[in-house]
Amino acid sequence: MAELIPVENLDVVKAIVAEHREVPGCLMQILQETQEKYGYLPLELQGTIADELGMPLTEVYGVATFYSQFNLTPKGKFKIGICLGTACYVRGAQPIIDKVNSILGTQVGDTTEDGKWSVDATRCIGACGLAPVLTVNEDVYGRLVLDDIAGIIEKY
Amino acid sequence: MKEVTFKINGQEMTVPEGTTILEAARQCNIDIPTLCYLKDVNEIGACRMCLVEIAGARALQAACVYPVANGIEVLTNTPNVREARRVNLELILSNHNRECTTCIRSENCELQTLATDLGVSEVPFEGEVSGTLVDDKSDSIVRDESKCILCKRCVAVCGDVQNVAVLGSVGRGFTSQVQPVFGRSLADVGCIRCGQCIVNCPVGALKEKSSIQEVWDAIADPTKTVIVETAPAVRASLGEEFGYPMGTPVTDQMAAALRRLGFDKVFDTGFGADVTIMEEGTELLGRVTNGGVLPMITSCSPGWISYIETNYPEFLPHLSTCKSPQQITGALLKSHYAETNGIDPKDMVVVSVMPCTAKKYELKREELKVDGIPDVDISITTRELARMIKEARIMFDQLPKEEFDDYYGEYTGAAVIFGATGGVMEAAVRTLADILNKKDIQAIDYEMVRGVQGIKTATVDVTPDLAVKLLVASGGSNIEKVMQQLKAGELADTHFIELMGCPGGCVNGGGQSIVPAKDKMDIDIRAERAKALYVSDAKITKYRKSHQSPAVIRIYDEYLGEPNGHKSHHLLHTTYSQKPKLV
Ligand code: SF4
Ligand code: SF4
Ligand code: SF4
Ligand code: FES
Repeated sequence: MAELIPVENLDVVKAIVAEHREVPGCLMQILQETQEKYGYLPLELQGTIADELGMPLTEVYGVATFYSQFNLTPKGKFKIGICLGTACYVRGAQPIIDKVNSILGTQVGDTTEDGKWSVDATRCIGACGLAPVLTVNEDVYGRLVLDDIAGIIEKY
Repeated sequence: MKEVTFKINGQEMTVPEGTTILEAARQCNIDIPTLCYLKDVNEIGACRMCLVEIAGARALQAACVYPVANGIEVLTNTPNVREARRVNLELILSNHNRECTTCIRSENCELQTLATDLGVSEVPFEGEVSGTLVDDKSDSIVRDESKCILCKRCVAVCGDVQNVAVLGSVGRGFTSQVQPVFGRSLADVGCIRCGQCIVNCPVGALKEKSSIQEVWDAIADPTKTVIVETAPAVRASLGEEFGYPMGTPVTDQMAAALRRLGFDKVFDTGFGADVTIMEEGTELLGRVTNGGVLPMITSCSPGWISYIETNYPEFLPHLSTCKSPQQITGALLKSHYAETNGIDPKDMVVVSVMPCTAKKYELKREELKVDGIPDVDISITTRELARMIKEARIMFDQLPKEEFDDYYGEYTGAAVIFGATGGVMEAAVRTLADILNKKDIQAIDYEMVRGVQGIKTATVDVTPDLAVKLLVASGGSNIEKVMQQLKAGELADTHFIELMGCPGGCVNGGGQSIVPAKDKMDIDIRAERAKALYVSDAKITKYRKSHQSPAVIRIYDEYLGEPNGHKSHHLLHTTYSQKPKLV
């Protein structure tokens, strides 16, 4: 994965806005690209987008919070995603989530204080045959049992 | 204009094309329930309380957004309609913190009224209530999410009417809320504290921060001299809280009530307004003759002051340096009145009654204090005064007519009209024209600056050699247009601009009596309340020009010397500075 751009560098977000600003309804695209580059959408970035578009910050924030794909807080270096699609759920995804949280001291949506881990519940990732499934960044772990979890976390 | 003909509950009607079913029904006295609808401001079809049946159509339609079409047949009272409205209302109530007996809006709550009117006696869907947050960090506004019904009227008012846009929809689904960005308090996002969100909220989710207890405590403290000053616009709205028709001035009963509440002296902010005219008029003349910064812009409205400080700090030199009438009255009470009556200003408590929620913040501002002492100690809204009168069990409509106390309770017609948009301008012109022509001019009704239009311009020949160009605007979005013009250099030949944060000026301030959205369909509260002020000006007050007020003449003779003099500058003038939007 490419290095994330630090939030202090506002040139990149300004360039993204400049590229799309003429297109009606461009806000979604801008938010997506900004999140790709910076990793998340803190106040500074949303404020810059709002100013550059001449739009109230409340509107930008409204869109950013309406769609669950946008992160308002930085994600960890390693992003754990636990699939909560039907197949995974039926095969015990919830106990897996609880286990992850108890090891890391987190709740769903949190990032650990050292910035190493973040935990999210995800929609179906299309690996139903492997349910229940957990991902760490791009790595996929399937057919999980509770005892696997500690070992997986240890690997990173 | 094209017209359309349709039937409503069997009755045939012809209305202009584009009229909604809701508006058309209103014209023939058929009431359709509404919650999210706010005429001209919020027409978004969100709450689904206004559902009606259209013969032949499959689904029920929201009357507030459905334009009447030729030949349709609307039914507003069928079993289907009644059932659907009731279910919607029950759903809203199931996610609402229903504590009516202790709620500030009880008896003036659109939700409560609907529940009673539609005969909802129990709420079958008991569930979790999504909002729990109470944000009371602001000096002026308290937000209680447990009461919010997500109608978004405040969002539209704050954004589209006031152009401040600090309230918005956040999130989606059950946990969605109306709130400021990033979980911040309203105190930290650039809210100008105008209170327009409060007076347009149908329920108790928004209210002013109450200062009532502080006032009771001060009155009960035998070591304090407690003095009250009332703003012009209050008398135009207070009566509504006691069942008087809108636009009835209740000045004399108000004075009587204030005395019975226990205030030691009952004075009027109109006194300070007259002094403001002397100071501001002199300042304007000075700027015109000495090449000072023009156009000069009024500085009475703390909502507007916050707006310029956060959005247009580069134009701050255009502001008049005069404090607002609330502060001027307070400053003179704590100096001249205190000295002449042998009272230590520290033992004085000045309470202001204001149509405004932003005044609660204004009085705390450091740049307005004189030697560290605030001009005014506590400010309450018109609504809070009404609550105090009720709590004290004073029978308002039975009160004798009384007058304000002497001197600081004296005011002219020019001061009274400060409460309506254009009033400060008119008051200033009356005095300027007299002073420059050195005579008592009789034609002083400057109609061209009156009325509720958002932006008004006029050119007045004050003398044969001086035509002054005036501009008057009220409400944030109109202010924004004016500031854009100023920025573009289009107002370079304008001399004087009056800007008020609330649409229509103080009569429609965020601290005034709350009028249901339904009533606002038929009446323009800005115009109705302004009438009370113009009637006082024309018929009741003895003097109609600030410089003729004996109290004003006396305070300059005895104390201030001359307008814009040394003492005035110390007590009555200030400067403002840039403030960040987000803290
Ligand atoms: S907002 Fe209205 S319905 Fe809700 S508790 Fe207050 S008075 Fe009752
Ligand atoms: S007080 Fe005025 S600026 Fe503040 S949230 Fe309400 S409407 Fe907006
Ligand atoms: S705070 Fe009041 S006006 Fe705003 S959305 Fe909630 S209920 Fe509606
Ligand atoms: S949907 Fe019509 S009043 Fe709310």
